[in-house]
Amino acid sequence: MPRLAGIRDLADLGASLRTERERAGATITVCGETGCEASGSRAVIEALQSEVRSQGLEQRVHVRVTGCLGFCEQGPIVIVEPGSIFYCRVNAHDAAEIVGATTREGEAVERLLYTDPMSGGKLRTLSQIPFYRLQDRTLLALNPEVDPRYITDYIAVGGYSALAKVLGEYSPESVVREITRSGLRGRGGGGFPTGRKWAACRAAPDDEKYVICNADEGDPGAYMDRSLLEGNPHLVLEGMLIGAWAIGAQQGYIYVRREYPSAFAHARTAVEQAREFGLLGDYVLGSSLCFDVEVARGGGAFVCGESTALIASLEGKVGEPRPKDVHTVEQGLWNKPTTLNNVETWANVPLIMERGAAWFSQKGTKGSTGTKIFALTGQVRNTGLVEVPMGTPLRTIVFDIGGGAVAGAAIKAVQTGGPSGGCLPVDKFDLPVDFDTLAQAGSMVGSGGMVVMDEHTCMVDVAKYFLTFLQDESCGKWVPCRIGIDRMLEIVTDITQGRGRPEQLPLLEDLADTVRETSLCALGKTAPNPVLSTLRYFRAEYEAHIVEHRCPAGVCRSLIEYSIDPERCTGCGTCLSVCPHGAISGDRKAPHAIDPSACQRCGICAAECSSEAVVLR
Amino acid sequence: MTTKSLATILEGRRSQPQQLIEVLQDVQDLCGYLPRESMITVSEQLGVPLIEVYRVASFYKAFTLAPRGKHLLTVCMGTACHVRGAARLVDQARGQLGVEPGATTDDGLFTLECVNCLGACALGPVAVLDGIYYQNMTPRKLSRLIESVRPAGSEVGSRA
Repeated sequence: MPRLAGIRDLADLGASLRTERERAGATITVCGETGCEASGSRAVIEALQSEVRSQGLEQRVHVRVTGCLGFCEQGPIVIVEPGSIFYCRVNAHDAAEIVGATTREGEAVERLLYTDPMSGGKLRTLSQIPFYRLQDRTLLALNPEVDPRYITDYIAVGGYSALAKVLGEYSPESVVREITRSGLRGRGGGGFPTGRKWAACRAAPDDEKYVICNADEGDPGAYMDRSLLEGNPHLVLEGMLIGAWAIGAQQGYIYVRREYPSAFAHARTAVEQAREFGLLGDYVLGSSLCFDVEVARGGGAFVCGESTALIASLEGKVGEPRPKDVHTVEQGLWNKPTTLNNVETWANVPLIMERGAAWFSQKGTKGSTGTKIFALTGQVRNTGLVEVPMGTPLRTIVFDIGGGAVAGAAIKAVQTGGPSGGCLPVDKFDLPVDFDTLAQAGSMVGSGGMVVMDEHTCMVDVAKYFLTFLQDESCGKWVPCRIGIDRMLEIVTDITQGRGRPEQLPLLEDLADTVRETSLCALGKTAPNPVLSTLRYFRAEYEAHIVEHRCPAGVCRSLIEYSIDPERCTGCGTCLSVCPHGAISGDRKAPHAIDPSACQRCGICAAECSSEAVVLR
Repeated sequence: MTTKSLATILEGRRSQPQQLIEVLQDVQDLCGYLPRESMITVSEQLGVPLIEVYRVASFYKAFTLAPRGKHLLTVCMGTACHVRGAARLVDQARGQLGVEPGATTDDGLFTLECVNCLGACALGPVAVLDGIYYQNMTPRKLSRLIESVRPAGSEVGSRA
C-alpha cells in the first residue's frame, strides 16, 4: 500500500474500500477476543472459514473476525449481515447451518438465536435483545465493523477522518478548546478534565513533548480498556494523533498490561500499519504533524496504572510514584511535558472531533458528559461490556441490562471502581452513575469495573480480598500505604477468623483515615475505600463476625464447618472423589464422614453432592 | 539459553538503560525465567548497575528468578472470579498438585500461579493452562484439565 500523501488520498481510499464492502455481499462476524476465545471461538472461526471455502462462497460470504461484541456471557457470538442476525453460544459444528442460512436471504438458524428470558421467545436481531437495546454503544459501535488486524477495515468505516478534519481545519489551540467544551473527563479513574490537562501541557514551555496511552488496566474485574484496544486499536491511535497535534508532541507510547497479549499484539500491528500508510511518522497526511508511537509491555505492577509510576516504568525503572508537586504535564517522561490519558479517554477524542463537542456533551450529565463503558461481572445474569450515558442509574445497569440476579439468589451490592472504589448496597441502586454522585456515596466510577455481589458473598471477605490485593501491590515506597494497609489487613483477618474485638472497628476507621490522608499517590489515598464503604453499608456483617463469631454468607472459612448428614448421604462416593484435601472417608453405599482436622472448608464437596447431604454450619 | 540469542535480544539496545524492562521481558520469554548470568550480561551491556537490574527483576510480576515447570497453570483471582469461586479452584489445584501458589511440582511438570486479574471477567472463574483460557471453571473441570496433561502411569495424557 502506498503512503497516503494527503487528506484527499485518505478520502479516496475510504470511498473505494466502502464500495468494495458494499459489493462483498454477506458478512459473518465472529467475536475473536479473549473472552469468546475462552468459550471456543477459534474453532468456530476455522469451521466457518472452511465451510465458506468448501461451498465455494468466497465471493459471496465474508467471514470477519472482530474484537469484543459485548455480550461475553453468551459467547461465542456471531452476527450476520445483512439483517443483524445475532447468534449466541455458537459451536464449530453449527458452521454449515450458519453459512447455509446466510446464503438464503431472510433466513436464520432459529435454534442459535437468543432466547428472551422474559417471554421465552427467540429474538432475531441484536437490537431486540434487552442487553443491547438499553445501551448507547458509541465507543464500542465500530467493534463489529472492523477486524482489528487490518487498518483498511478501520478506514473503510470512516477511520482517520477525524484526524484529517483536525489537520485540515483546526489549529492545535482550537482542538484543545473543543475537547474542553465537550466536558470530557479522564476515564482511567481520576475523572480529571481532559481539556484542562491538554491545555496545561500545550502551554508548558518545551519543544519536546510526549503523549502516553495508559493501557495498564490493573483493576481486577475490569476489561473495558483491553476490549477497546484489542478490538479497535486504530480508534485509540487516532485519538493519540489528535492529542499530539493539540499539545505539540512528537512521540507517543502505549503502555499495555502484560496480561493482555492480544491487546499488545493488535496495538503493535496497528502502529506498524499506520506507519506504512503514512498516518504515523513525518508529515502525517501531508501536514506539519510529525509523530510516532511505540508500544511497550507493562512489567506487571498494579501501581503502574498511576501516571508517575507508569512514566518511571517506561524509563526502564522500578514503577514507583513520585510526589506530584510538579505535574507530569510540565515534567513527565524524561522530565519533558507529557500528557497521559487512559485508553477510553483517547478513544473518545476522534468521536468528539468528528461530531462536535455539543454532540458529546448532550450525552450524560452536566458534570459527567458522554458515555462510559462498564465491565458488568460477578453474580449477575448477563455479564459483559455495557456502554451507557453517564448518569444512568445503577438499577438500569444491573437489573434491566444485566438481567438481575442469577437464579435463586438476591443481589446485595455492586462493587465499582476496583480497589480504589467501594461497595454500594442495593438500596442505593437508584443513584445515577457519574463521577460526583458515586464519590459522595463512598465509591467511585473508577475505570468502569462493576462487580455484582449476591447473598453468597461476604462483605468482610470482600474487604479482606481488596486489602490482600493492595498489600501485595503496594510498591512500598510510602510508609502509610505500605504499613497502614498491612495493619488494616491484620485487623480484618482477625475479624474473618473469629478473633475480632468490637474496639477494632473504630481503630480500623482511624487507620483508614490516616492511610487516606497521608499516602503519596492516588492508589494509596483510595486504598481504604473498600473497607470504609463496607463498614458504612454492611456494618452488621462485621458485627456478626465479631460478636456472634458467625459469617452470615457462609464464606469465612474459620467460622464455618462442613459435615455430612448420615440420613441424607447415599454413600455414592462423589464427595470422597472430589475432595482435593483427602478429608472425606467412607465405604461405598454407607454414609461418609468429613475429618474436621483435614477439612479446609473449601465447599467443593457441598457443591458436588447431588443429595444435598453436605451441611454448612 | 545460548549466548547468541541473548546477543540478538541486546542488538541495537546496548548502552540504553531505558531498555532494561523490555530486554528483561525478552529474556523471560526466551528462557521462562531470568538466569543469573543473563542478568549480569544485561547489566554490563545496558550500563545499568546489577543491583538495579535485580531490583527491577524482583519488583515486576513479569519476571521470575527461578525456572518454571513444563506447564504453567494460572488461576485468576480477580474480583469477579473471586465472587464466583476462584478460591475453590486454588484448593483443587493445591490438593491435586501438592504445591502452594507460586511453587513448582517436584517433578518439574507444573507451576501453579495466581494472578490478580486476566481481564476475562465476564466468564469467571477463569484458569489458563499454557496460554489457553478456560472459562466458567469448576474444581471438577480443573481436575480433568490437570489430568489431561499429567502422565498417568505409563500413559502420557494428551492436551485438552
